[in-house]
Amino acid sequence: MMTWLPVLPILLPLLAAALQLLAGAHRRRRVAAVSVVSCVALLVLALVLVVDMSTAPPQVYRIGDWPARFGIVLVVDRLSALMLLITAVLALAVVPHLLGRWIYHGVYLQPLVQLLLCGVNGAFLTGDLFNLFVFFEVLLAASYGLSLYGSGPRRVGASLHYIAINLAASALLLVGISLVLAATGSLNMAAIARQVPQLTDNARLLLHVGAGLLALAFLVKAAIWPLGFWLPRTYSSAIAPVAALFAIMTEVGVYVLLRLSVLVLGADAGPSARLGADVLLALGVVSVGVATIGVLGARELGKLAAWSVLLSSGTLVGAIGVQQPLVTAGALAYLAISVPSLAALFLLTGLIVDEQETQEPQQLEPYDPAGDALYEHEDERDLRSPLSVVIVSVAFFATAILLTGLPPFAGFLAKFSLLAPLLNYGVGAQCLFAAILLGGFGTLVAFCRAGIQIFWADDQWVFPRVRGRNVLPVAGLLLLCLAFSAWTVAPWHYVESAAQQIHAAALYQQAVLP
Amino acid sequence: MEAVLAIAIGVLGASGIWLLLRPRTFQVIIGLGLLSYAVNLFIFSVGGLRRGADPVLGTVAAAGSYADPLPQALVLTAIVIGFATTALFLVVLLTSRGMAGNDHVDGKDGPA
Repeated sequence: MMTWLPVLPILLPLLAAALQLLAGAHRRRRVAAVSVVSCVALLVLALVLVVDMSTAPPQVYRIGDWPARFGIVLVVDRLSALMLLITAVLALAVVPHLLGRWIYHGVYLQPLVQLLLCGVNGAFLTGDLFNLFVFFEVLLAASYGLSLYGSGPRRVGASLHYIAINLAASALLLVGISLVLAATGSLNMAAIARQVPQLTDNARLLLHVGAGLLALAFLVKAAIWPLGFWLPRTYSSAIAPVAALFAIMTEVGVYVLLRLSVLVLGADAGPSARLGADVLLALGVVSVGVATIGVLGARELGKLAAWSVLLSSGTLVGAIGVQQPLVTAGALAYLAISVPSLAALFLLTGLIVDEQETQEPQQLEPYDPAGDALYEHEDERDLRSPLSVVIVSVAFFATAILLTGLPPFAGFLAKFSLLAPLLNYGVGAQCLFAAILLGGFGTLVAFCRAGIQIFWADDQWVFPRVRGRNVLPVAGLLLLCLAFSAWTVAPWHYVESAAQQIHAAALYQQAVLP
Repeated sequence: MEAVLAIAIGVLGASGIWLLLRPRTFQVIIGLGLLSYAVNLFIFSVGGLRRGADPVLGTVAAAGSYADPLPQALVLTAIVIGFATTALFLVVLLTSRGMAGNDHVDGKDGPA
């Protein structure tokens, strides 16, 4: 494998965003072409990395070729490669949706999406704690712009809360990072992990306080109870494709929690081993419970999808708290199925329009300086097409089956692989087992009710005539998930070996600091 | 010197958190500003407080006699990022004020 491959998933979207800004907002075709090329390239790159990593040890890229102790390193292992792949699939599915009516509601949608991808990929790849903060800020700054996109009082209000809570969380993150630096004298994750077993008592106290603050910051990003109440409002008021892309953002928080808890505070960490793991488990169980209530109480499709995101991240954080390779493997399988399904659900919310909404005046004049007046052709609102209803309802049905985990499809297999080992690891894990089952039941009830209301009972829903570029990505995501119902052996081997690799923390340290 | 700095960080942080929990958007942004001052001072102090220590340039006499450059680099990055995000928040705050017609964080004034 070429050694510079790990830096490309960060550079490519950054370059794409720069090109799009240079091209100008009114060159819509060029901007869209750059987006599509960048997303396809990211997908190919992620596939290459996944194939390479399935047989190789973690690969390290040293930025500027500085020794790992002094410089910033990017580390790609099976977990990072898997997360990159999920991100790339999601991005490729979202980009065609951005070309629809949304481009007339503002400017710079595509560059912001590329910058978000740059930040997300960077957070998955970096092996340096402060660099992680920088990539978090990159992805958050882009997400502020995206959550505001389309404007209107509802989006601005929701974004105000979203930005305020994330700025406060970033302050916590910085304090946590500097405490860890004070305790261990390093920002490199592998170097920190190597230091932890031999810390003095004073330094260990600092490390534990720092780790607690870091965990708080990442729990805010992962939207875990009681720090996640910003999420339903933000996600349900963002435009549909953006909300679909945001489905990966909570997973960034989940990823960092997983990475740091097994690497720095894992089984080899001496007196710090399993620090806070039980807290994560308990928070996961409560989050799943709260999200179940939220899913059952959701009155609109966007809110239902947003609370399902909370359910998914609660499940994952609880599974991280168990800290066993088999449970982690199940959690990764669950993540790989639930994120594309959630994205498909968010994309579907954009295809089902509330009739009252269509009668509200536009918040913004369509942005159309070139005057190509595509807007009239794009105004799909009056068209009620029976075919659209069929397509959208079948897609909704498939999404519901995947998210609730009904057999015999991939959603069930993933959930089963997570649930099966949970019973062997004590009372806490058994509580998580029960909570996940209850959550699945709650989701089932909520989806049944939503489906009946939208497709059978109410007249208030309009199904604009669907276009290929809207339907194909949703269908692609769902078919991809459904394909894993039949093709199971190789993917399961991959997530299982990924889980074993991250739980063998010495392997990561060896790769970064030989 | 440590005590003075610790008290300063504590006062800034506490005031920031109190303001952050207030109902007016202006109070929130001032709170976030104070909080980021507190955090920046905190990062700065992580390298240890020394008066008249040399920067890391050329040959340094003894390890430990120079100022730790890493927290300085971190605090610079944190200041730049904090500045940018605060500026963005200010724009959102003004937009919210314009759209809602008041400066309450929820966009509507409760019973006075």
